[in-house]
Amino acid sequence: MWYLCAFFHRLLDYRKPEVESLARLFGAFEDEHQNGDVSYHLQWKLPLHHHPDSPFHFVNLPSEQIARNIANRSILVKGMYELWGEGGSYEELRDSVLSYVGDGKLPCLESGSTFRITVDSFGKAISLKEQMELIQGFSYIPFKGQVKLKDPDHNFCLIVVDNNNDGANNGLPPVVQKRFFFGREVGAADRKLIPTYQLKSRTYLGPTAMDAEMAFLMANQALATPGKLVYDPFVGTGSILVAAAHFGAMTMGADIDIRVVRDGRGPDCNVWSNFKQYGLPMPVALLRADNNLPPWRPGLKEVFDAIICDPPYGVRAGGRKSGGRKLLKGTVAPYVVPDDKRTGHIPSTGAYCLVECVHDLLDLAARMLIMGGRLVFFYPVLREDDYSEIHFPEHPCFKLICSSEQILSSRYSRVLLTMVKTGPYTEEIAEAARVKHMEFKDNHLKWLEDGNLHSAVFSPSNAQLTEEAGESKFLKDPRPKYRGKYV
Amino acid sequence: MLSSNIKGVTNGFPLRIEVVKVEEKTVEINADFLKNMFQKIDWKALTEASRSMGYTELPEESEFSLLESDEFLSRFHHALLELHLEEGALVCPESGRRFPVSKGIPNMLLHEDEV
Repeated sequence: MWYLCAFFHRLLDYRKPEVESLARLFGAFEDEHQNGDVSYHLQWKLPLHHHPDSPFHFVNLPSEQIARNIANRSILVKGMYELWGEGGSYEELRDSVLSYVGDGKLPCLESGSTFRITVDSFGKAISLKEQMELIQGFSYIPFKGQVKLKDPDHNFCLIVVDNNNDGANNGLPPVVQKRFFFGREVGAADRKLIPTYQLKSRTYLGPTAMDAEMAFLMANQALATPGKLVYDPFVGTGSILVAAAHFGAMTMGADIDIRVVRDGRGPDCNVWSNFKQYGLPMPVALLRADNNLPPWRPGLKEVFDAIICDPPYGVRAGGRKSGGRKLLKGTVAPYVVPDDKRTGHIPSTGAYCLVECVHDLLDLAARMLIMGGRLVFFYPVLREDDYSEIHFPEHPCFKLICSSEQILSSRYSRVLLTMVKTGPYTEEIAEAARVKHMEFKDNHLKWLEDGNLHSAVFSPSNAQLTEEAGESKFLKDPRPKYRGKYV
Repeated sequence: MLSSNIKGVTNGFPLRIEVVKVEEKTVEINADFLKNMFQKIDWKALTEASRSMGYTELPEESEFSLLESDEFLSRFHHALLELHLEEGALVCPESGRRFPVSKGIPNMLLHEDEV
C-alpha cells in the first residue's frame, strides 16, 4: 500500500535510509525473506514535479501497522499519511478527495469517532485565519464524528506545497507547480526525544560527543531494539550508546583513553552517570582496550548484534594505539618496563591513522557481529576534485546498504555508512587481516603521512587554485548538494 | 569474553579474577537478551568467574532448555549482569600478567614491550 511520507526538511541523505532500516526492524521485508533474497530497499515514488530532495515522497509499505511503527520510532518522518487526495489546485484536490471518499462509508468518518484537521505548508507561511478558511473548505467531506482538537482518533492534514514565491525555496530548485495533499495521519516522529537528550543537558560531555539527533539516527540504522547487544569500540562519553539504550538495547563500550571511561569528571559525571541521568540501563561493560590489539578470547565470534561508532579520523580528535610514540617511529628499541614499576605503569600510545583504524574496525566487526548484524559508522570524505566518485571501505563479509552524507565544511563532510554482515568470517579472511595488520605495523610512518586528513582540512588554501577548482567542480558536479534547513 | 593478548601468549583464556571489591547492581531482567547471550558465552568460564566473585548458585553444567526455568534465568541474569568487579584484577593464566580493574573498568592496554 502506498503512503505519503512527509519528512522534516533536514539531513536530506538520512531520511530514506532511516525509513528503510526501520521497515526491516518492523518486518516489512518478511515476505521476501522466504524467497531467500534479502532486500534492503523500499519502493519510492516522487510526487509530480518534485525534486528528489523534496520532503514529500510516496512509499510502498505492506500494512498500516508497519507504517505507524516506522513513523513513530523515526526521527526524520514528520508524518506518514494515508493519502485521500492530491491536486494542483483546490478544485482538483476536492475532486480527488471526493472520489476517494465515495459514498462516505469509510470507518474514519463514522459518528462515534473524533477527528481534527490541521494545515501544514512547505515553502510558504499560512496565517491562522487563512488556515481556518482552508479547514472549513473541507465541509464537502461527510464527517459524522466529533471534532476534538486534543488527542482525537483521527488526525487529518492538509499539506500545501508552494515554494515558488521568491526563488529561495529552502535550498531546493523551484517547484514548477503548486501541489496540495490531503490525508489521514498514520504516525509521526516523536521529536521530543531530541530536546530531552540534547547534549547541553548531558552531564558528562567530551569534545566529540555525538549530537543526540544523529545518535538516534545511528541507533535506528543499527536496528537497536530490546534483547540486542550493541558495541561501540570508541565509546568516549557514551553518547552513541545512550541512544541505543533508549531503544532498549544492551550496550557495551571500549575506549583507549582510560581517563574518559574510568574517571570522567568525578563520581557523578562519567559515562555511567550519562545513562543514569535518563533512567536507562547501564552498559553491560565498559573497558579500556585498544581497537588495534583487541583483547577478545581466541575463538570468540558473532557476539554483537550491532557495532555503532564514530571512529577518530584525525580532524577534531586523532586516534591512538598501543606501542608508544618512539617505538612506532622506529627510532628506539622497545622500552622495557622495570618489574617494580609494572603495576602503575601507564603505557604510552602512538598515533593511529584512519586507514588502519577502519581496517581494524572492519576486521573486528566481521568477526564479532552476528550474521545479518549491522556495522554503522562515520567515514570522512574530502570534498575535492574526484568528489563524485568516493571509494568507501570494503570488506568481503559486508554489504554496504546505504551511505548518508552530512556536509561539515566546504572542505570535508562525513558519511554515515551502514553495512550488513552477509558472509561468515573465514580463516582466509582472518589471515589476510593479520598480514595487513603487520604491514601497518611495519610501515607505520608512511601510513601516517598518507592519510593525514587534518592538514587537508585545515591547511590554508591557495586562493587562485581554489577558484579554478571551484569553477570546474561546479561544471562537473552532476547533482548539486542540498543541505536542508538548519543543518 | 576477554583474554590476554600479549604477544606470544597462546592460552590467555579464561582470565583469573582477583577480587578486591565486588559490587552488585540491580538490572531489569530481559529474557530475550539472556537467551541471545547464552549461546555466545563460555559457561565454564562464567561459573568460575562468578564463583571467584562469591556467587556459587550457578550449576556446573547447563543447556539451552534450562532457560525455560525462571529460577535459572534469574541466576544467570544475576551472574552475567548484576555482579560487577569494582576493584581487583584479571590475571593471565599463562604469563601471570595482571590487568588491573579499577572503578569497574578493566584496563586491557598492553605495555610497550608486550605489543
